[in-house]
Amino acid sequence: MMRSDPRALQLNEQGQLKHFLTLDGLSKEILTEILDRAESFLSMGEQSVKKVPLLRGKTVVNLFFENSTRTRTTFELAAKRLSADVINLNIATSATSKGESLLDTLQNLQAMQSDMFVVRHQDSGAPHFIAEHCTPNVAIINAGDGRHAHPTQAMLDMLTIRRHKGQFEGLKVAIVGDILHSRVARSELHALKTLGVEEVRLVGPKTLVPAFFRDMGAVICHDLKAGLDDVDVVVMLRLQKERMAGALLPSESEFYRLYGLTEESLAWAKPDAIVMHPGPINRGVEISSEVADGDQAVILDQVTNGIAVRMAVMSMAMSGQVQEQQATGEEG
Amino acid sequence: MTLDLDKALNSMKQQLADYCQQQNIENPIVVGIHSGGVWVANEILDAVPTDEDLATLDITFYRDDFTRAGLHPQVGSTNLPAIEDRHVILVDDVLMSGRTIRAAMNEIFDFGRPASITLAILFDLNSRELPIRADIVGEQLSLAENQRVKLSGPTPLTVSVIETH
Repeated sequence: MMRSDPRALQLNEQGQLKHFLTLDGLSKEILTEILDRAESFLSMGEQSVKKVPLLRGKTVVNLFFENSTRTRTTFELAAKRLSADVINLNIATSATSKGESLLDTLQNLQAMQSDMFVVRHQDSGAPHFIAEHCTPNVAIINAGDGRHAHPTQAMLDMLTIRRHKGQFEGLKVAIVGDILHSRVARSELHALKTLGVEEVRLVGPKTLVPAFFRDMGAVICHDLKAGLDDVDVVVMLRLQKERMAGALLPSESEFYRLYGLTEESLAWAKPDAIVMHPGPINRGVEISSEVADGDQAVILDQVTNGIAVRMAVMSMAMSGQVQEQQATGEEG
Repeated sequence: MTLDLDKALNSMKQQLADYCQQQNIENPIVVGIHSGGVWVANEILDAVPTDEDLATLDITFYRDDFTRAGLHPQVGSTNLPAIEDRHVILVDDVLMSGRTIRAAMNEIFDFGRPASITLAILFDLNSRELPIRADIVGEQLSLAENQRVKLSGPTPLTVSVIETH
C-alpha cells in the first residue's frame, strides 16, 4: 500500500473508513452509506434524550489550528450526541505558539489516550500528515485543510440536496463565487461527480475560476446568467474578503453586481431550485437578504444536516479503527 | 427439526389478548425490533387492543459490541410515537442472550418514560446472558449449541433451524 496516498490511507483492509481525509477516491457506496447513516441520526432529533451511546468512553479532540466557530461547534455537538468526551483545543493560542512542534503536540495528545482528532488547518494536507505520522489507533477527521478539502461540508451539502431533490441523477448544480480559494468547491465537485449528477458548473470571474477545473469534469462559466440557467441547485460560496487585497477582484460592489445572487438572478434557475451557502453569509456581497431569507434558501437545513453527517463520519471512522485493531490483535 | 410458525404466532396472539385484559393495558404501542421483530409484530398486531400503528426500533446505535465489532449494517429506521406514560409491547423474533432487548430498552428510554414495557417473543431460546425474561412466549425451544433459529420474511414469513459452524 502506498502510504503517501491519502485515498489509500483513509481506508482499512476491509475497504471501510478509518480516517476521513478527502472525498477523492471514495466510492459511491461509501458516500451513500455516509448519507444513509446521517439520515438515521437526523431522526434522533425526535428523541427527548438527543444522544446515542455509540462512542461512549471515547475521547475526541477538536484540533483547530484555524478558527471556525460553526464547524467546531457542530463537530463538538456531533461528538457529544454520540456520547464521546470532547476536548476543544485552539492550537492557534496554545502550545505551538510557545514553540512546540506539531508532532510533539500530537504525541502529547496521543499519550492522553485520545481516540479521534478532528483537524482544521490552514495548510493543505495537514490532516493527512497527521494521519500518516503519528497516530496508530487514532482516527483523523479532516475539518478543512487549506485550499485542499472540506469533506464533511461537502457531504452535508449532498445530504441537503438528497433530502430536497430525492436523488442526484439528472440534477444540474451551479457553484458560484471564489472557486480558486475554496476547499468546499473541490470536495463538492468530487462528491457531486461520484454521486452522479448530470452537470456541475463553476461560476465566477476568470481570476477566481481557473480553467484546470475542467479536467475534473466541471463546466466553467464566467457569466452568471449562463451559469444559473435551468439549474436545480445553487451553491453560493463566501467571498473571502481577505482575498480582496490580492487584486483578484475589483471591489465587493462590482462582484455583487456581476455574481451576487438576487431574486432577479435566481429567477434564471429552475423555479424549484434550492439555494445553499456554507456560511457565514455576507449579505449584499454574494447573496441578497431576500434570497438568503427566502423560501428557496436551505441554509439552516445545512447546519442541522451538518451535525448528522459529522456523527455518521465519526462513527464510521471509529468503527473502521476498531475493526482494524481487532484484526491486528488477532494476528498478533 | 421443524418449527410450527403458525402455532407459535397464534399462541402469542392468545396470550397477548389475555395479558392486556388482565393487566388493564389499554391502547398500548406495539414496537417491533428490526428486522424479524417488525415482521412478527405485524402478524400479531390485530390481537392487541390498540388504535396505534406499528412502531419500529433499529438498535444499531445502542448495541453493546461497538468496541469489539464496530458498526453493524443499518437494517431499518426507528419510528416511535410519543411514548411518555404509554404502555409499550416490545416484540422480537428470537430471545437469546437478552442483549438486543437491553439495547432496545435503553433506546426506548431515550424517547421518554413509558408506563410499562411488556416483552413478547416468538421463540425463546434458553441461553440468557442477562437477567431478562419475556412476558409472552410463542414457543420455548431447546436447541443444541450450534443451532440457531432463522426467520425470513416479511412475506412469506418462514422459519427454519440452521446449524452454525
